[in-house]
Amino acid sequence: MDFTLKIWRQDGPEAKGKFVTYQIKNISHDCSFLEMLDQLNEQLVDKIEKPVCFDHDCREGICGMCSLYINGRPHGNDSGITTCQLHMRKFKDGDTIVIEPWRAKAFPIIKDLVVSRTAFDKIIQEGGYVSINTGGVPDGNAIAISKVDSDLAMDAAQCIGCGACVAACKNASAMLFVSAKVSQFALLPQGKPEAKERVEKMVAKMDELGFGNCTNTGACEAECPKEIKLTNIARLNREFYAAKLS
Amino acid sequence: MTVLNSKIPQGPVSEKWTYYKAHQNLVNPANKRKLDIIVVGTGLAGASAAASLGELGFNVKIFCYQDSPRRAHSIAAQGGINAAKNYQNDGDSVYRLFYDTIKGGDYRAREANVHRLAEVSNNIIDQCVAQGVPFARDYGGLLDNRSFGGAQVSRTFYARGQTGQQLLLGAYSALSRQIKKGTVKMYNRTEMLDVVIVDGKARGIITRDLTTGKIERHFGHAVVLGTGGYGNVFFLSTNAMGSNGSAAWQVYKRGACMANPCFTQIHPTCIPVHGDYQSKLTLMSESLRNDGRIWVPKKKEDAEAIRAGKLKPTQIKEEDRDYYLERRYPAFGNLVPRDVASRAAKERCDAGFGVGSGLAVYLDFSSAIERLGKNVIEQRYGNLFQMYEKIVDENPYETPMMIYPAVHYTMGGIWVDYELQTTIPGLFATGEANFSDHGANRLGASALMQGLADGYFVLPYTIQNYLSADIRTPRMSTDLAPFAEAEKNVQDKINRLMSIQGKNSVDSFHKRLGHIMWEKVGMARTKESCTAAISEIKALRQEFWKDVRVTGSATEFNPELEKALRVADFLELGELMAKDALNREESCGGHFREEYQTAEGEADRQDDKFMYVAAWEYQGDGKEPILNKEPLVYENIKVAQRNYK
Amino acid sequence: MSNIFCSSIGKKLLMSLAGIFLCVFLLVHLGINLMLLRNDGGEVFKLCVEFMTTNILIKIVEPVLFLAFLIHMIWAAILQVQNWMARPSKYAVTNHSQSSFFSKYMIHTGIIIFAFLVLHFVNFYFVKLGLTSPAQGVNPVEGEHDFYNMAINLFTQPVYSVIYIAFFIFLGFHFNHAFQSAFQTFGLNHKKYTPAIKFIGLAYSILVPAGFAIIPIYFMFFWK
Repeated sequence: MDFTLKIWRQDGPEAKGKFVTYQIKNISHDCSFLEMLDQLNEQLVDKIEKPVCFDHDCREGICGMCSLYINGRPHGNDSGITTCQLHMRKFKDGDTIVIEPWRAKAFPIIKDLVVSRTAFDKIIQEGGYVSINTGGVPDGNAIAISKVDSDLAMDAAQCIGCGACVAACKNASAMLFVSAKVSQFALLPQGKPEAKERVEKMVAKMDELGFGNCTNTGACEAECPKEIKLTNIARLNREFYAAKLS
Repeated sequence: MTVLNSKIPQGPVSEKWTYYKAHQNLVNPANKRKLDIIVVGTGLAGASAAASLGELGFNVKIFCYQDSPRRAHSIAAQGGINAAKNYQNDGDSVYRLFYDTIKGGDYRAREANVHRLAEVSNNIIDQCVAQGVPFARDYGGLLDNRSFGGAQVSRTFYARGQTGQQLLLGAYSALSRQIKKGTVKMYNRTEMLDVVIVDGKARGIITRDLTTGKIERHFGHAVVLGTGGYGNVFFLSTNAMGSNGSAAWQVYKRGACMANPCFTQIHPTCIPVHGDYQSKLTLMSESLRNDGRIWVPKKKEDAEAIRAGKLKPTQIKEEDRDYYLERRYPAFGNLVPRDVASRAAKERCDAGFGVGSGLAVYLDFSSAIERLGKNVIEQRYGNLFQMYEKIVDENPYETPMMIYPAVHYTMGGIWVDYELQTTIPGLFATGEANFSDHGANRLGASALMQGLADGYFVLPYTIQNYLSADIRTPRMSTDLAPFAEAEKNVQDKINRLMSIQGKNSVDSFHKRLGHIMWEKVGMARTKESCTAAISEIKALRQEFWKDVRVTGSATEFNPELEKALRVADFLELGELMAKDALNREESCGGHFREEYQTAEGEADRQDDKFMYVAAWEYQGDGKEPILNKEPLVYENIKVAQRNYK
Repeated sequence: MSNIFCSSIGKKLLMSLAGIFLCVFLLVHLGINLMLLRNDGGEVFKLCVEFMTTNILIKIVEPVLFLAFLIHMIWAAILQVQNWMARPSKYAVTNHSQSSFFSKYMIHTGIIIFAFLVLHFVNFYFVKLGLTSPAQGVNPVEGEHDFYNMAINLFTQPVYSVIYIAFFIFLGFHFNHAFQSAFQTFGLNHKKYTPAIKFIGLAYSILVPAGFAIIPIYFMFFWK
């Protein structure tokens, strides 16, 4: 398969970026999207050009490091996957593929397609934990937790923090990300003692960092590689009111 | 020559840890504030250690090369974590977990460490539940378990197929809490490039900021490496793209010993290789072997027809299928340990019964679906099946999965004593980075257990025993000569790499190294293959330093340079692995020397000659390393040939 | 309670509450407008108008209604500006993510609604306040405004009627997303009840604008 790639190149955070067009040929349809970029980079190294920088690590859809806004969709044209799980068989031979970085004020570009998602870490640092120290905890089976709740908590806990929700949202809102963590703890007895402070602090941090506001468009849910549900955002809202009104 | 003192405490094995804790030295809270600890790596071992040390009141600096501590490759562990809770009332106990781990490791692990691991395993589960890790539960609301290879009890706790993720996010959340409190300072996108030794003790590290290329010096009263394994020396492995052995290799070159570097785990259930552009291999959780049955066609002509695309696996009749694991190992069947399952797959494929490209076997769920219904299978493995389908474009509910072994984990690593301290005082290694607990083969669901045991429950104790003598040592200036020397060392290496401007890319060298390693120091090794590997790697290394092309500059975000630095180290590490494999004239666990096998093709250990830890000591570039031996003594377990029949 | 309305979620809550209040008001408004269709020379309609202009309860609610309009619009503007600022450099390729169609154009439909509202106020409310004079051909009875004739006068003008109908189509688009979105913002999302809420929202966004739109159609084509 042959492709025309239009890739955003930007030397550094302050530099002016632009699209550069590349041709790539003889790509196997079993090849993953990032492996296709690897091959492009090999070609660029051959020509003594700087390879395209992009974030990636585990390449099995769990670390959340890969990003890329491909032809208008975060993680490309498939659902429930990360970019590293996208395969070239999803494209047609001869396609033009436009590759952009995540764009959001809270995710500044570092270079080319690499952005900083430290904002997510900062939100977690505000309260995305249960405040217990190592040791001195009760037996794992001391508190029974209904399977329904624990399954729902697991659904939310699957978030990989990739930022696709922010990238997809027309407002660059981080509500789905925040709601996933808040929901996980709201559903479990371990998270209850700090529920109030947690949601207040995490939402305040999210606002402070310059993410947009949720307008319930549902784009985040559609693009989430772990298919985190909008019901979590509703739960976040409930938790937030409960905290603020008590 | 270093004298290896494993510092195993006195007393019966079940009392050693208790005895140690009761007699060790501690650091009082006021003094903890004055002590700095550097932790490298934010996986289970690093993050849990940093969080726990921060909670205790130490000043911690933690480093990772990824953009966030949550991305470390522990996150990719799927199946679960072992603990001797015996919640299932099926006869489990600390001793049995200890026994299974030693036996699974083919009697090449240190008894005292493994027993301690089994002892603290239960605390890990409690800790994680308290952190809000959503482990799987049954309808009564209590924790559920599944069974795993190498054990006859159900002791594996899990969170769907994402146990590693949930445990890592638990440790990450504890770490985040400490970062907020200010006890831990986080340095992301920062890679350690050297360790600094002052007066014989580890006192800091040299790092490179990956976004700016800035080289920085960091001081710590002690340094902890939780930097994971070096499986990427094979180029294709289930490790993350960035996983590397460089931190371990730098400390080796500064005097720490590398122990059993040839002990590599080849995981039996990975998605087979599909092309030479492939960048990594994807693991399918071992838990699949609970319900999946592994087979190849009984008749060679069927296998040939399948390879040619003329037959589909579903067309092979039941009596024409060879469920070779069930046939060879009736007692454990599809749940034999990883090394055994991997070799059995290789044996069948080498004999010409492989499917797919010839290097694959089937993992079939049809009988489980028939027995339990599609719903149950979907509940248990839904996400894994989905992952498989995304990659291979085949529906595993309808046609059997294809799997083949792939490099997954390195049991070998930095030599540590009972306190997890290396032969360099003040330098500690935790998790996969050290060698201590898995012997020659790691059982499934034990890596998560070891990483968290080291980080939450072992290191926070043992490091105090070391630091208690350091309370009067003030923070050192990073202007000291050893820091400057180490920085210069790093800078010189970078300059050299940047100045070569050769013709071949870093990846091309890495692929060639991987090929040598896989073919000659992979699943089956011989004296000849190892000898050949040593000379080939040497030649490749020379070529690399003459002909590698690193584009861009050293003072910018430059993934090519990052890779070059890592591959440069792999090119040395690979040679040591081959040397170790050559030296170990026996077959044990993941190390299979073809010369040493029983009539049935099982691993033939040479206990009288090789019941020791091979700890290699660096002597300088171009010089032969010294082999130090730590004898392994088994007082609580009868050493026997592993038998899974 | 502290600073709830300073937060992003609080602002949306306020906006949603105001929006739902406006939805209820609109139902009342529709009820009265539909009285125009009665063939009684505007008798019932006039009664309703009189009730609406004199009843003390309505007098109290009236400022609340204006407040709701203001809050809904001002907060919408604030949130929208923040949303634009959250992505300073735009994507080259427009987003293809699957999301509800109407949700993407709330600010646009909102601005159209606001524009119509200005027209509506000029035509009716400002007349009541004496700020503007009624359309030609309507002779106000001393002391009261003849809203019935004012309405009929406007609805028999095709240009006005077309604008009026077009406006309600946009209002329908706005409601389509607004109604269910408000419930999501309130935190009410439930696997059993949310489909019902969505259905009510859809029904509201079709029936209410349709109800309003019937009136000019009637006056243009069927009224003699």
